[in-house]
Amino acid sequence: MKKLLLENDHIEGIRYFDAYRKNGGYRSVETALKLSPDAVVEEVKKSGLRGRGGAGFPTGMKWSFLAKPEGVPRYLVCNADESEPGTFKDRYLMEFLPHLLIEGMIVSSFALGSNRSYIYIRGEYAWIVDILEQAIAEAKQNGFLGKNILGSGFDCEIYVQRGAGAYICGEETALIESLEGKRGNPRIKPPFPAVKGLWDCPTVVNNVETLAAVVPIINMGGEEYAKIGVGRSTGTKLISACGNINKPGVYEIDMTISVEEFIYSDEYCGGIPNGKKLKACIPGGSSVPILPANLLLKTAKGETRYMNYESLADGGFASGSMMGSGGFIVLDEDQCVVKHTLTLATFYRHESCGQCSPCREGTGWMEKILKNIEHGKGKLSDIDLLWDIQRRIEGNTICPLGDAAAWPVAAAIRHFRDEFEWHVLNPEECQRRNYGLAGYADPIHVPV
Amino acid sequence: MSEQAHLVKVTIDNITIEVPAGTTILNAARIVGGDVTPPAMCYYSKLEGSGGKCRTCLVEVSKGSEKDPRPMPKLVASCRTTVMDGMEVKNITSEKVIDARNGVVEMLLINHPLDCPVCDQAGECDLQDLSYGHGNSADSRYEFPRRTFERHDLGPYIQLHMTRCILCYRCVYTADQLTQSREHGVLDRGDHAQIATYIEKSLENDFIGNVIDVCPVGALTDRTFRFKNRVWFLKPMNAHRDCPKCSGKVTLWNRGDEVYRVTARKNEWGEIENDENGKTAWICNECRFEKKKTSDWVIEGPREISRKSVISANHYLKVEEPQNVLPEVMGGRNPKLLMDIHDVSDVNKPNIHLSEIQGPSTSQTFEDNSNINPQ
Ligand SMILES: Cc1cc2nc3c(=O)[nH]c(=O)nc-3n(C[C@H](O)[C@H](O)[C@H](O)COP(=O)(O)O)c2cc1C
Ligand code: SF4
Ligand code: SF4
Ligand code: FES
Repeated sequence: MKKLLLENDHIEGIRYFDAYRKNGGYRSVETALKLSPDAVVEEVKKSGLRGRGGAGFPTGMKWSFLAKPEGVPRYLVCNADESEPGTFKDRYLMEFLPHLLIEGMIVSSFALGSNRSYIYIRGEYAWIVDILEQAIAEAKQNGFLGKNILGSGFDCEIYVQRGAGAYICGEETALIESLEGKRGNPRIKPPFPAVKGLWDCPTVVNNVETLAAVVPIINMGGEEYAKIGVGRSTGTKLISACGNINKPGVYEIDMTISVEEFIYSDEYCGGIPNGKKLKACIPGGSSVPILPANLLLKTAKGETRYMNYESLADGGFASGSMMGSGGFIVLDEDQCVVKHTLTLATFYRHESCGQCSPCREGTGWMEKILKNIEHGKGKLSDIDLLWDIQRRIEGNTICPLGDAAAWPVAAAIRHFRDEFEWHVLNPEECQRRNYGLAGYADPIHVPV
Repeated sequence: MSEQAHLVKVTIDNITIEVPAGTTILNAARIVGGDVTPPAMCYYSKLEGSGGKCRTCLVEVSKGSEKDPRPMPKLVASCRTTVMDGMEVKNITSEKVIDARNGVVEMLLINHPLDCPVCDQAGECDLQDLSYGHGNSADSRYEFPRRTFERHDLGPYIQLHMTRCILCYRCVYTADQLTQSREHGVLDRGDHAQIATYIEKSLENDFIGNVIDVCPVGALTDRTFRFKNRVWFLKPMNAHRDCPKCSGKVTLWNRGDEVYRVTARKNEWGEIENDENGKTAWICNECRFEKKKTSDWVIEGPREISRKSVISANHYLKVEEPQNVLPEVMGGRNPKLLMDIHDVSDVNKPNIHLSEIQGPSTSQTFEDNSNINPQ
């Protein structure tokens, strides 16, 4: 498979302008600036690129929604807040290929008419801030940023802004608030950022990987890009794989490979260590539903499940999950789903901004109940109570964090209810050993 | 908003009305009034940007508009959703809404101290009314220790009892929009978020006392009134004075000729009323905290209080007797009166109408009935 984003990541010095340029870097800026902004948007539309930040919204369509009132600036903001547990693809991209992001941002800024674009980066990525600022300075020295880029008359500056350690600031409107120097509370939509975003001006917020993908799209043309992949899952996707696998890391995949291949082939995760069996997996970052092994590898209809938007979502939440942000977390037979769910519940309790009553109170409540169950102090009725709490959070909040907190709990109960019950009924045993594989995970053939 | 507000049709719980374009569903429902109006714990029409947070006002939009009749996929916060022409909204006619609202009320209560017996807000608390009207049952499914905070005095006038706060943000918007500088705000996130001044600090600002009036619960209380009386024993009177700082139009809460507290005048939605210029009649700290003598004020007369409110109990002549339906449901029988409270208590005799009492009333008043019109 030909890599589009990480093709050159192994080249010595690729982090710096000279090596990057020598390997074909910044070609897309030269191409794009000769086109009209609308033509660039058109290419992105044709490419079928979907947002890589989690929701998978078509990027070209998002760009064409951007309001363009006279005399009002427009902004492009790169969402580099990457705080979803299990997701670390943007970090890899920015750390090793900072110029790819800068290049993509210049082209996108041109397409959207943004003369000041921002990278809002997770505060903990402090060292990457230096890498990005270095790349920005180099691009500026070489005339790809600043005034009158390549004589096109287009001016663009890129600024890097560090967050202060809040997952919620990855939500686009909270991010905008934070960028404006306020408390990172999500805004109530509408109005959408495309109409009223940063400083009340039309704004597009895109994920790091989305903006980087604009580079190959312009280089090869939207139509060519759309030929890679399958259906509405075009192009390549970065997956950050972690958990019980032999080769954790960031992989660029073409979205035609099967989940089984991704987990077991040596090109990717390299199987499960120590000959253990696969128990469950969260295929798209902590917010998406967890799937037991049997439903992960095959859909409910018995078809092979592939690593793409449609196939991962096949069956809806009843028997499917989501592509999400590409944080692929694998659990082997020794992992405890209850404990795992508790860990996530703790995360969401800690990260809720606290504006909406159901999310603020519900996340804390779920965590407390899960803690009881995990420590052998639960009751059978607690499981139904958990279900009821998550049901009343989901869909009733301002931002999707409420849903993101509800879904992992819902999916864990939906698919692993017997494990929860076992915890309740065996309060002492559950402290000593794990439930194991039980019946819900097919005994999976481990290729040798 | 356009100058010539053009009207749009909206149907709420099968009642169709016309409202100016740009009106929110909640405000349209308030025009209809009654049970059709969703409860609002965080929205405050006088505060820009408020609303959307508590989620008690969720409604179902079963038809988006005439042009785009598709229903909205999720319940929406009626306080922050504007009506479209031909929109159909379900509030109490939607089971989904009732269920979600029950859930929200439960969430608001799980960490609430439920210390109404010692809370100054009791009797005029939005959360009390909400739980009464929309709660699930008296049992709580929450079996963990409730979240508590220390009480803080924010200067000589205001006490913050964060444990009771529902994080509606109204006080934050009030300080933002009414005062020169805001010195309190929301610290931290999620269920550990709190209203605070960061370092314990007093809030000094001529208009900061209004945070007490906007607070839907007893989290911000008037230190000059704390534990002095229960609101339902007081008699609200409209009064005014010439104030160089504010409109000076207030409600006095008296018992006898003693002014127990001063608040702004609130309408039926618990929001501060407009003055004659159409501006919100916020009041200044001096009027609120310093003018506690009847002689400071020109008294206009008793204030109308909703009959539903406990404050109205026995205060006014114009009491509409609720229709007695008990005999009907009890097959013609009347319930047996076990004890008439008036036999054992001297106050609130049914034949005494407080609004009829001229001048200050004391226990004397209740003993000799000379200045009271016998019924
Ligand atoms: C709680 C929460 C956290 C989010 N965190 C991120 C994040 O860290 N990075 C990101 O790109 N998108 C994140 N998103 C999604 C953004 O709101 C937004 O959809 C995305 O940046 C759009 O970019 P895209 O269209 O390129 O995917 C988050 C959303 C929510 C609700
Ligand atoms: S859903 Fe949670 S995180 Fe999102 S706005 Fe509401 S309280 Fe904040
Ligand atoms: S203190 Fe009162 S007004 Fe302020 S946020 Fe809490 S409940 Fe709302
Ligand atoms: S009043 Fe609408 S959400 Fe609080």
